[in-house]
Amino acid sequence: MTASTTTSPRALAWARRRQSFARSWAAYRAQRTGMVGLVLLGAIVVLALAAPVLIDESALSVTQATGGRMEPPSADFPLGTDEVGRSVLALTLWGSRLSLLIGLTATVVAILIGTAVGVTSGHIGGAYGWFALRISDWFMVLPSLVVAIALLAVLGRSMGTTILVIALVSWSGTTRLVRAQTLTVQARPYLERARALGAGHWHQMTKHILPNVLPLVLASATLLVPSAILMESSLAWLGLGDPNVVSWGSILNRASDNGAVSAHAWWYLLPPGLAILLVVLAFMMCGRALEAVFNPRLRGEQG
Amino acid sequence: MTEVPPPAGGAAAPPAGRRARRTSSGFGRYLLKHVGGAAVSLLLVLFSSFFIFRLIGGDPIDQLTRERPVSPEQRAAMRAEMGLDQPMVKQFWDYITGTLTMDLGDSFQYRRPIFDLIVERLPATLLLSGTGMVLAVVLGLWIGTRSGWRQGSRYDRAHVGTGLLLYSAPTFWLGMIVILVFARYMGLFPVNGMRSPSTPPDFWSQALDIGHHLVLPVLTYTAVVYAGYLMIMRSSILDEIGSDYLTTARAKGLRDDEVRDRHAVPNALLPTVTLVFLAIGGVVNGSIVTEAVFSWPGLGSLFVQAIFYPDRPVLQALFVLFSASTILAVLAAEILYWFIDPRIRKS
Amino acid sequence: MTLLEFRDVHVTYTGSRGRVPAVRGVDLALEAGQVLGVAGESGCGKSTLAMAVLRLLPKSAEVSGEILLDGEDLLTMGWGRLRAVRWTGASIVFQGAMHSLNAVQRIGRQVAEPMLVHDKDLSAAKAAKRAEALLERVGLPPSRARSFPHELSGGQRQRVMIAMALACDPDLIIADEATTALDVMVQAQVLQLISGLVKERGVGLVMISHDLSVLSATCDTAAVMYAGKVVEQGPAHEVFARARHPYSAALGAAFPVIGDPASRRNPGGLAGDPPDPGRLPEGCSFRPRCAVAVERCGEASPELLEVEGARLSACFVAQEGEPVVLG
Repeated sequence: MTASTTTSPRALAWARRRQSFARSWAAYRAQRTGMVGLVLLGAIVVLALAAPVLIDESALSVTQATGGRMEPPSADFPLGTDEVGRSVLALTLWGSRLSLLIGLTATVVAILIGTAVGVTSGHIGGAYGWFALRISDWFMVLPSLVVAIALLAVLGRSMGTTILVIALVSWSGTTRLVRAQTLTVQARPYLERARALGAGHWHQMTKHILPNVLPLVLASATLLVPSAILMESSLAWLGLGDPNVVSWGSILNRASDNGAVSAHAWWYLLPPGLAILLVVLAFMMCGRALEAVFNPRLRGEQG
Repeated sequence: MTEVPPPAGGAAAPPAGRRARRTSSGFGRYLLKHVGGAAVSLLLVLFSSFFIFRLIGGDPIDQLTRERPVSPEQRAAMRAEMGLDQPMVKQFWDYITGTLTMDLGDSFQYRRPIFDLIVERLPATLLLSGTGMVLAVVLGLWIGTRSGWRQGSRYDRAHVGTGLLLYSAPTFWLGMIVILVFARYMGLFPVNGMRSPSTPPDFWSQALDIGHHLVLPVLTYTAVVYAGYLMIMRSSILDEIGSDYLTTARAKGLRDDEVRDRHAVPNALLPTVTLVFLAIGGVVNGSIVTEAVFSWPGLGSLFVQAIFYPDRPVLQALFVLFSASTILAVLAAEILYWFIDPRIRKS
Repeated sequence: MTLLEFRDVHVTYTGSRGRVPAVRGVDLALEAGQVLGVAGESGCGKSTLAMAVLRLLPKSAEVSGEILLDGEDLLTMGWGRLRAVRWTGASIVFQGAMHSLNAVQRIGRQVAEPMLVHDKDLSAAKAAKRAEALLERVGLPPSRARSFPHELSGGQRQRVMIAMALACDPDLIIADEATTALDVMVQAQVLQLISGLVKERGVGLVMISHDLSVLSATCDTAAVMYAGKVVEQGPAHEVFARARHPYSAALGAAFPVIGDPASRRNPGGLAGDPPDPGRLPEGCSFRPRCAVAVERCGEASPELLEVEGARLSACFVAQEGEPVVLG
């Protein structure tokens, strides 16, 4: 702190951010559930990335399937086979890539929309701010699955539309959060000073408001990803997913369409479902731990 | 709730008439504000449904006729019959007035008025989601209260863990597993539907049969929904813990559970009510998927079937209905709030 | 018999900063019908002491010593007995009535609640009647029973707290900063009400305040606390008028005496903050802020000893008979 006279304000700001990051990380590390979630998540991501190395993509091909119809687990097929004789293990492993990809991309899009609308509506205010708030409240209340189904039914099924639709039904929470935070930051004296010095809207938003809002947004994003993954799986299970790709939801869609339940083919149902559950759980554990870091009231929980 | 009566001649209290009038006009303004907001939201739903299904949804005649060859004359006749030859603004106006007068058009799939279909299937949906909702709310608030009151205890950790686990499970998958275990392996419950055809037609046999069919869907639905309520109530209770009025209650000699139930819970319920009603969208999601898994003959299955026919008028009508019901639920919560939170009446 | 007696009471909080002593060996006694004032800055342990009486401190607080109410030790009694003693043996008028009242329950119900808890035979209607009578006694219209706390003014809420404290006819009432949040006029009214009730009912009263002048007007005995210890004790008006501890002198001078031009021109007060209870200085804990400290003060902590008549002081300077105020 004593050297602050010689360092540039930018370096100082970075040093402060690094410091607060280190503090947050220490608070996060103190929570066992958060660390378990992080390790679990790391393992799943590594498996998803390593899928092409572990099992060749040809295992997903219907025509090259080597097993019989819904065979129970065996030495050749540790998790049994599906209705055309493909390995359920291979499907589940490859499915992780799609489920994670769609969940993450949809979240990123949702957060971009939510942050943009939140910051601008909080900062600019007026009629625009009121209108933006109304619209985001409206999206918040609507049943997301209904909106998503309606949109997918008219837009057609593809990965792009799935991502777009999930983002569209999940941006509103971020808006509300960011708007509230923007209004708080806005009221601080240094922003008043910045305005007095002639800082424009763009400068205020990008240099002062966004850096303050971002940590909170990232923390809340951790809780958006699992709901995006759940939404994708529901849509895919209903048959609204991209027909050309394999995700956990689409595996379960084929399973129910081909009577896996009446065939007692538990090996066909359990792996993809448990995979969804584990990923969602891992994200939720991380998200709750992050929430506790940023919301001290909850701190000390399950320490 | 009754109004606060004016104090009898208390010097510090305002005169009776003025006070009463102020209170009622306060409610009037509050009601107007929220009803107005809900009306705007409902209009927005109508507008967006028209936008989604008529403008980006493509020509309804194509969907209706599908691959069948249709002569241009036939097409023109159909367009005229459905009002598609009218200007867009006129079509929109007809759509709005039609929806508001419950004239929702005919289903492509069933060739019947959609309104009749909805009336027919509504009871099944209300039975399933009503039962599930009551169970989930009672269970969630009950456990959430005790969890938050004893934060960090073994009880708390066990219930938060279980809740989180069930919350993380996809509804449809949980339903399939429940069917596999309880219906297929154990044979305790029917696999799907709401009635068995072989049941005698008398009331009690029918009721028992429906109840038997209801168990697994309600179990699934409750399992998925209650965890959300648990977490909401738990964090509301955590917000109250450490409040001064709880110390007062303790000092009065109340037992710990009396302090919790008589003082902490009523205060914690206030924020919970709003959140519970705001989460109604998730409840609708859950009921749609649950109905689809169990082939429960309600509105949710109707909606899901309509996707693939594709039965656009049904999709559109149910989109409006589901959205409107969540908006009205939130409005109900806001009105309810006026009556249960005395503080709101002041401002 | 002595109504309330503290015998070597210690309260220690255990938290993230380790063990922090809040009260460090307090001995005080109160006869029935008497008023005991406890003064000190925030953080000196006076509220902790008050909460310790009915064992209302959080679990992180460890209390040792004895607190005797009518000869019965409150710290060792079973939970059932403690619950029975709460509010019937001793009641508390909490500070900040806004937060100490339940915001979503009508006043009448909150006043009647302790009666119903402690008298299982009492009907709800009778309790409500009695609550209304109590409200009337503290100067509120009985119809106020149907109001919610936010519908009352600060002074009215404090009156409700007093009515509530009287609900079970306790032998002892503890008023914890009961008038602090009120403006001066209302404060005077409420103080008058409390003193009147004490005389009328012959209960013992412990008044806790940071304002020594308020205590000197209402109390028989006053005890001044600093850093968890009683540093001066004696007849209330004497402690205020002629302090025998430099801290009491500063505390008394912090409030201008109305009508005294000297105190207006030269408002007293004290530089600095009370010491961090987790890191108390060596010797007398007041030494860093003391104007009359001598060498001995840094070496040993002074005991609370008799200095003259009924006056006790924990100051080496006062014990030598020297003045504790400069000039």
